[in-house]
Amino acid sequence: MNVLVLSGGLSHERDVSIRSGRRVQEALRHAGAKVTVHDVDSDLIPAVKELGDGVVWPMLHGASGEDGSLQGLLEMLDVPYVGTEARTARVAWVKPVAKAVMSRSTVSTPEYVTLPQSLFREVGAEQVMDAVVHKLGLPLAIKPARGGSALGVSIVQERAELNRALVHCFAYDATALIEKAVTGTEVAVSILGTGADAAALPPVEISANGPYDFDARYNAGRVEYFAPARLDDAQSAEVTRAALEVHRLLHLRDLSRIDIILDEEGVAQVVDINVAPGMTETSLFPQAVEADGRDLASVYSGIAQHALERHGRG
Amino acid sequence: MSTSDRHGTRLDPWFDAYAARAHRMRASEIRALFAVANRPEVVSLAGGMPYIGGLPLEEIGEMSRRLIVEQGEVALQYGSGQGDEGLREQITEVMALEAISAHPDDVVVTTGSQQALDLVSTVFLDPGDVVVAEAPSYVGALGVFRAHEADVEHVAMDADGLIPAELDRVLTEVKAAGRRVKFLYTVPNYHNPGGVTLALSRRQEVVDICKRHGVLILEDNPYGLLGFDREPLPALRSLSEEGVIYLGSFSKTFAPGYRVGWAVAPHAVREKLVLASEAAILSPSNASQLAIRTYLDHSDWQGQIKKFREQYRERRDAMISALEEHLPQASWNVPDGGFYVWVKLPEGLDAKSMLPRAVTARVAYVPGTAFYFDGQGSTHMRLSYCYPTPERIREGVRRLASVVEAEMETVNLFGVAGKGRGDAVDFPSPDLA
Repeated sequence: MNVLVLSGGLSHERDVSIRSGRRVQEALRHAGAKVTVHDVDSDLIPAVKELGDGVVWPMLHGASGEDGSLQGLLEMLDVPYVGTEARTARVAWVKPVAKAVMSRSTVSTPEYVTLPQSLFREVGAEQVMDAVVHKLGLPLAIKPARGGSALGVSIVQERAELNRALVHCFAYDATALIEKAVTGTEVAVSILGTGADAAALPPVEISANGPYDFDARYNAGRVEYFAPARLDDAQSAEVTRAALEVHRLLHLRDLSRIDIILDEEGVAQVVDINVAPGMTETSLFPQAVEADGRDLASVYSGIAQHALERHGRG
Repeated sequence: MSTSDRHGTRLDPWFDAYAARAHRMRASEIRALFAVANRPEVVSLAGGMPYIGGLPLEEIGEMSRRLIVEQGEVALQYGSGQGDEGLREQITEVMALEAISAHPDDVVVTTGSQQALDLVSTVFLDPGDVVVAEAPSYVGALGVFRAHEADVEHVAMDADGLIPAELDRVLTEVKAAGRRVKFLYTVPNYHNPGGVTLALSRRQEVVDICKRHGVLILEDNPYGLLGFDREPLPALRSLSEEGVIYLGSFSKTFAPGYRVGWAVAPHAVREKLVLASEAAILSPSNASQLAIRTYLDHSDWQGQIKKFREQYRERRDAMISALEEHLPQASWNVPDGGFYVWVKLPEGLDAKSMLPRAVTARVAYVPGTAFYFDGQGSTHMRLSYCYPTPERIREGVRRLASVVEAEMETVNLFGVAGKGRGDAVDFPSPDLA
């Protein structure tokens, strides 16, 4: 099996994507696949065309990798690829849009508002911020509407911190998602498969001494992971149910990672959706695979093989 | 066992074994953003990479081939811990251009002057010792001092470099506080990142102040031969043989890929530097040293430096004119040598907070916080003009201007800068050299 892993790109998460790409490459090679890693540049289309009967694995984080653009290109080139289709990736990638979809289901997600910078300008920033705090209370989670790896994310405990957090957020994206910050047990549920065949891997619990920020995510040691998570059967069933429902609701394909906080009432609050979950040494998806007693090589090659077969090339 | 009693994993079986200093190392968002800066779509005004394309690469290639064919048994073998004697002799000739009189025995060849910084720190710094350095200072040096668990006290500069009265004041205050200053770290010529040069009239004064306080000077001089409009000024080392450790490098005047620099030190210090270097690396690369020997012997290296100066002057001019055209609301110095312009952003902006927006706009710079030990510097950015062509520099500054405008609008809207302050770039990377 030939696999072209796409990693790098021009997003803020380029570095993470390169690391994820290398790990996927390594695992697929162990499974006997012939793997090439390629950046997203002007040589991409020739490289895809040279792939022959192979499959593309877009291991790109951030814009163009997760927003459906690249998937759209691959569809145009009629090349099989791993992961969510362009039209659905576009929905899942924009956090407020995904949350709006979730709000029409039984899935819980923290209460939120979506505010572009232009609205603060037009209506008056202080008044809008006051209204946000009045509506959602404190603490708040401020997130760029698009993006990952906690880049541009802040937790605001006091009203006075909100201004700075929004400036930080708008350096990454023109629209902010402002959520009621939920406390509880933070878990990530990785999903394998599509639609009715999708299955959840064991939830992985994140126990961070401090914020689960960029450093905590990629500098091993600051976070203690529990895989599987320290949940009782009912809690485990609740987070798994929520993750699977999101995966199916948003028509995610092959794999995804749903980030959840199990709140103090035992409700799974979905806080993020990852169409192309990280695959680095410290990422959650590979931990979930191993917690399930499976090895990365066979699971990743299975994902790639399935994408090939779906396209009628397997 | 209940679920709450279980132990998790930190994904690092050696987490409890690290030295305390390793626990302070951080995976900075800023470093991740620099990964994008290497893409050709991005105009990187960040890195201090010399313009290697300006070298006669064919000629150097032929010299490298001949070196291996004719001297391979030496070039590919271990060498002396102190460095190749012939190269050390040539280094004394290079230093003579900056009025330094030294014997080859005084020279220790190192793997770039960065290793010399590390060796000097190994030999002199205990945890808690103080290094005094310009404000701002070279990020790579700050990283070495931090790794040796020293503290850095900054001394203000003006257009003529380090301010002697401020140096005197800081040295006096640190001593009064019962702390020990081990050395003054200074980049006197075409400062990185400040771009300024220590005025001739101040050089003796700086040497005298340090002598009076019993403080050694660590003079780091990678750019001294890269002045645009004047002959090199005499090095501090030329004013005090006993009170100065001098660091030189071929990285900016020839090529950083060879990783060859050197230290010149008083004899007792030199002996310790050699021992420390042997303990660290056994010997510097013979292949690199002989390649540089061959280059110095057979090429018009001084003519090449002159060409570099012209190329860098043209790029400096492109950057300054672009700043004047596109960023009149900022302020900056006009360097007369070296690689860098130190830009003060319009009031209220934070260079570190603004960087993601810049990367989105496909332009990169180094936020000023990288050049301070204590998180200061957020109002400044370092722009390098050494590597991009003049056209790319103009395009980069044009993009930067749109970034500044957008960030200014956001900052004005919310009445506060972003979250850049107080969170320095933790450790140097080659991107920042």
